[in-house]
Amino acid sequence: MKSDLLDRLMAARAAKVPLALLTRLPDGAQLLVPGDAVPEALAAEARAAIDADAARNVTIGNETWFIAPENPPLRLIIVGAVHIAQALVPMALPLGFAVNVVDPRRAFATEERMGDRVTISGDWPDEAMAALKPDARTAVVTLTHDPKLDDPALEVALRSPAFYVGSLGSRKTHAKRVARLTEAGLTEAEIARIAAPVGLDIGAVTAPEIAVSILAQIVSARRGGPKKRAEG
Amino acid sequence: MSAATDSEDILATAAGWKAEGERVAIATVVETWGSSPRPAGSRLAVTASGRIAGSVSGGCIEGAVAEVARETMETGVPQLLDFGISDERAWEVGLACGGKLKVFVEPLGERLG
Repeated sequence: MKSDLLDRLMAARAAKVPLALLTRLPDGAQLLVPGDAVPEALAAEARAAIDADAARNVTIGNETWFIAPENPPLRLIIVGAVHIAQALVPMALPLGFAVNVVDPRRAFATEERMGDRVTISGDWPDEAMAALKPDARTAVVTLTHDPKLDDPALEVALRSPAFYVGSLGSRKTHAKRVARLTEAGLTEAEIARIAAPVGLDIGAVTAPEIAVSILAQIVSARRGGPKKRAEG
Repeated sequence: MSAATDSEDILATAAGWKAEGERVAIATVVETWGSSPRPAGSRLAVTASGRIAGSVSGGCIEGAVAEVARETMETGVPQLLDFGISDERAWEVGLACGGKLKVFVEPLGERLG
């Protein structure tokens, strides 16, 4: 890989711009898409690899290209800088998530509690979520138990393309939440997206165990559960 | 990162090493068949001084790949390696899983001097 191409690749990453690195085999000529001029058929394959977030080989004419997508990190937005969040953060990072913690309660949302590898927002959840703009590579989990904080975040998350929305609380708590969100004008389909009670049912008790169950559910949502894999 | 496959940002690690003045090569899994442990897009970075990050298999072929990586640093010429292994001979070449894979090895940046 030539130095100038590496520099362009690193600059795109810093700017969080998705792109694909194309390598012609076996001679190793390399291009970046978008950026470099390539035939449309190859550009289409590059876009497809970025969308699927999976590498692929394509042969076009008599040339074979290896296409590696270079997407920005996945994001996890945690609403509530609570005890479970403290367990969730250090487990989410090695799974490839850039983590945002949202909590307007300054006593909770501190770097001392959350560590220095997360971005902390002290804004109200509706404003914070509007600014964070969850996309298809974002998971959102609300942990405050407080409708004043969880609900506004959920309203934004459920109308966003976020691939996962989970919310802490018992079945009883969730039933009340469903009623409130319905009242607030969310559709049945939007509300049905909420994973609640949050996390895979592994009988989790402690905060780290609950964090494991939440992250397992998020991975499953992203990679596809057993059924999806069998079909794939 | 090779977001497709894992969270370890091998390319960034490699770029960092290069910025420190190391000579670096990158190996990338470009195709797999059967039960290869690491998917296409997985990367391994190697320096002339012996630092290694990432992986292209479960550890079976890293030694051979690192060898070729050092070669590409010298020659500046990338190589496409084919590890095609049958189950019964797997122990000889190190892929106990019986998988097959192709690995592309390239120097990072131009050859210095």
